[in-house]
Amino acid sequence: MRDQPIWKARTEPTTTPHQPAELTLDQCIKCNICVTACPVTAVTDLFPGPKYEAPQGGRFRQETQPSTDHSIDYCSGCRVCNMVCPTGVRIAEINARVRAHMVKTGQIKGRARLRNNLLARPETLGKLGQPLAPLTNLLLHNTLGRWFAHKLLGIAPHAALPHFASHKFSSWFRKHTPLSMVTRKVVYFHGCATEYYEPRVGKAAVHVLEANGFEVLVPPQNCCGLPLLSNGEFQAAHTYHEKNIHHLVKYIRQGYVIVGTSTSCTLTLKEEAPELLDNFSPEARLLAENTYDLSEFLLLLWETGDLNTENLRPLPLTLPYHPPCQYRAHRLGIPSLELLQLIPELQIQLSQAACCGVAGTYGYKQEKYEIAMRVGEPLFQFVRHSRAPLVLCDSETCRWQITRATGLPAIHPIELLAAAYGFPAEEPLRTVLATYANNQVAVELH
Amino acid sequence: MRTYQTEVLVIGGGATGTGVAYDLAQRGFKTILVEKRDLTHGTTGRYHGLLHSGGRYVVKDPKAATECIEENRILRRIMPHCLEDTGGFFVTTPWDDPDFGDRFMEACQATGVPCEEISVAQMLREEPLLNPKISRCFRVPDAAADSFLATQCVAEAARQYGAEVLIYHEVIRVIREGDRVIGVVCHDLVKDEEVSILADMVVNASGAWAGKIAHMVGLEVSVMPGKGVMVAANHRVVNTVVNRCKMPSDGDIIVPVHTVAVIGTTDQRVADPEHFAIERWEIDLMLEEGDKLVPGFRQMRMLRAWAGVRPLYQETKVADTRDVTRAYTLLDHETRDGVMGFITITGGKWTTFRQMAQVTADRVCEKLGVERPCRTHEEPLPALFESDRHTANGYHYLGARLTDIESHKSYGDLVCECELATRAVVEQAIRDGNAHTLDDIRRDVRLGMGPCQGGFCTYRVTGLLHLWRQTPVTESNVALRDFLQERWKGLKPVLWGAQLKQERLDEFIYLSVLNADHLPGEKASRLGPVMYEEEVNNE
Ligand SMILES: Cc1cc2nc3c(=O)[nH]c(=O)nc-3n(C[C@H](O)[C@H](O)[C@H](O)COP(=O)(O)OP(=O)(O)OC[C@H]3O[C@@H](n4cnc5c(N)ncnc54)[C@H](O)[C@@H]3O)c2cc1C
Repeated sequence: MRDQPIWKARTEPTTTPHQPAELTLDQCIKCNICVTACPVTAVTDLFPGPKYEAPQGGRFRQETQPSTDHSIDYCSGCRVCNMVCPTGVRIAEINARVRAHMVKTGQIKGRARLRNNLLARPETLGKLGQPLAPLTNLLLHNTLGRWFAHKLLGIAPHAALPHFASHKFSSWFRKHTPLSMVTRKVVYFHGCATEYYEPRVGKAAVHVLEANGFEVLVPPQNCCGLPLLSNGEFQAAHTYHEKNIHHLVKYIRQGYVIVGTSTSCTLTLKEEAPELLDNFSPEARLLAENTYDLSEFLLLLWETGDLNTENLRPLPLTLPYHPPCQYRAHRLGIPSLELLQLIPELQIQLSQAACCGVAGTYGYKQEKYEIAMRVGEPLFQFVRHSRAPLVLCDSETCRWQITRATGLPAIHPIELLAAAYGFPAEEPLRTVLATYANNQVAVELH
Repeated sequence: MRTYQTEVLVIGGGATGTGVAYDLAQRGFKTILVEKRDLTHGTTGRYHGLLHSGGRYVVKDPKAATECIEENRILRRIMPHCLEDTGGFFVTTPWDDPDFGDRFMEACQATGVPCEEISVAQMLREEPLLNPKISRCFRVPDAAADSFLATQCVAEAARQYGAEVLIYHEVIRVIREGDRVIGVVCHDLVKDEEVSILADMVVNASGAWAGKIAHMVGLEVSVMPGKGVMVAANHRVVNTVVNRCKMPSDGDIIVPVHTVAVIGTTDQRVADPEHFAIERWEIDLMLEEGDKLVPGFRQMRMLRAWAGVRPLYQETKVADTRDVTRAYTLLDHETRDGVMGFITITGGKWTTFRQMAQVTADRVCEKLGVERPCRTHEEPLPALFESDRHTANGYHYLGARLTDIESHKSYGDLVCECELATRAVVEQAIRDGNAHTLDDIRRDVRLGMGPCQGGFCTYRVTGLLHLWRQTPVTESNVALRDFLQERWKGLKPVLWGAQLKQERLDEFIYLSVLNADHLPGEKASRLGPVMYEEEVNNE
């Protein structure tokens, strides 16, 4: 049991020794559960499966020998295998580290490496692309631009690239006037997607936190490094991780915790970066141990009676929700679902699909695009059959992928929660709520 | 009775006997090799896997050390694909005499074993899991050796020179005419019939069984079986052979062989080379000693344990088998006992098998009155499997199979998933090889030697055997049971933790789902394993 409120940071890092992921391969009993659950193996022969790659292949790898792996690059990193493994083999992490070895030893090179590096740097792309948003969006989303991206870089022509936002989240935040009723503080990690593509998610997060009496701090921060990690670019990822530690640990030392709306960013800070990069410094531990996904955080508040639920308005909608694999990898159950269930009259249809397929940058790559679409098919079916006006999902790339595949807009659950608190919604939620309100009026008039 | 006539008959399909048969065939002798089970059934298939640099013997037995380094160089030249060039360390742990290092260095120089002291920091860079409290580290040219493959290659080379290799032929009688041995009678275990083989010369290369064979001739040859227990960890804990820098004793070497790291050994006198137990204290001791070299070793997953018997020849009986010299023994029974047509070669090490074969063949030449020079040190041995062609500077390397599978995208075709044995190599072993049992296939392609110990490949390979050999269903069932039993043999001593979980799963698969115990057919066959005896309870 924790002896202090959830929003108070633990300023003493743990010291438990950590075991490198590779050593967990000893736990494998070959049961094949991971193979049957792996969404990638199910749709392609190019990926022999988690068991073959990690615990089996792992016994044949030696740091000093040339990397002999090819098929492991088809692991999407969704971590479904980790979750289903009954004995605790850290399959996805082993795979990620092998990919890094492939990069280090020149197995992934040339155009593919250039492309991977571009896709893996949302922060750089955002810094360059967002200020010229109308133009860059035009370039990125017209047929000619995509043709070039395809031919020159191997970016799949139909992949779900996002649109740059007209303004950055941090610009909005600087001008934003907080509510005055603050009693406690929290640091918000917005991530690249919120900053450059979907500032509305960050606004909703700030609103909900403020509605719960938090002053929200948004210190300088960098990309969490996950896209680099999943492309095997560990050196660059390490630099980002160190920078974030530098930016954030001083707040933790003052007693504030970090919350984020991007499930993959929070997972990275919590465990992926330390684990993959072998970074278990006291500072890295402090950051890992004081980072929360926002839904996780709010649900913990609710559990101790610290969440404001009185002002939640009813939203009599029925919406599909897909807990992204990146979120399930937090091993927290489905906190967003529990949170959404606090909104009166809201009905949630829960997706049982394993993965949307995109897995960060995986589905953008020409050679993997088809696989990603096939992986996502059960989810797309589920979404299409829901006949709902929009779909909920915590992860940005999943949202873009779902929208790309089904045509249905997708939002972060926090946006719905903010609306329930009465904050004005942005598109696409605004139209949905307006349509719903009109229908209500129409019903009442009858 | 089926009868063969040959110039030389060699008894024993271990490294030594196979080497002798090859050498003789290469020198132009008509040669037959008989082995009572499969090749390497004896100590050769149950050893530690180390191509000695000689380092282990420099202080205690300089003669053996020099022999080792000479042969080490030759084997690296003629069979690199059966070796992995791991290199070796001799390390001084806090439990070892710190002054031994200097003696060791000097002795290396005296015996010609190349040795270089490296810093502990460098050692830890190369082998990060080694004990950081190690105070000194010496590098020597040890290597890991695959004795199954090596023996197969030597046998293949012998066949190419016209030798005949008869496996599952157990010598049950020696035919003697006055003062001369003129042949043997074998039991063909597969056909269950007797076969006689007449020869001008019989070479007894039956290792720890040498005394038993000599006894059939009516001779007294004392070979003390010294049992040594080894335990394999589930993965390559180290990639370098690691020896303790001290006088040779129990549990002081870890050898990385293929996908596992093997700690060994003990040394216990046993009454019989085939019937003995692996005792609990032996396993405990291995783990305890392993933990000194690699802290945390004890907690790691252990795959399996096995034991081999050292063929230690002794004219007079000595209590502690460790003090017997490792240098081999060649007995000319004509001069020793006045019996012609019969010589015995025993003792030695795997590392020196070629040299032992050479001196034995030299003696055969002498006896038969011909002069034909040895060429085994010059001629490279053939590679048997496609995947053996992936090498690092000619040597086998850990990633070879993975490279092969990845480059052919043959991952969909694995029969043994743990050891990455594909359907193609298993079928090759069934068709081209002489495999009679699933265990024979195992020795050829490492089938069932990984973490699940046959859990997922036994039923697959049974199907393939059935398909290619058209064996009756009852025989296929027995083959499956024999193999499960054989795997179980080495699992019993290490049933805890992850390996226990594994075995429970295997048990569910075979006993609960497939009902393997009650399938039609014999319970076990003549070709089935000899189990370790139950441990004697001394309390
Ligand atoms: C525990 C242990 C670890 C070792 N580790 C190493 C090491 O790391 N490096 C190294 O260089 N050396 C090592 N050695 C030594 C080495 O393994 C042996 O010296 C070598 O394998 C002996 O080979 P061999 O052919 O003489 O005997 P074996 O391999 O025992 O061959 C004798 C064969 O004769 C057959 N046979 C017996 N009776 C009959 C019969 N009646 N009819 C037909 N055939 C019969 C047997 O089935 C057997 O296959 C180790 C020994 C032990 C015991």
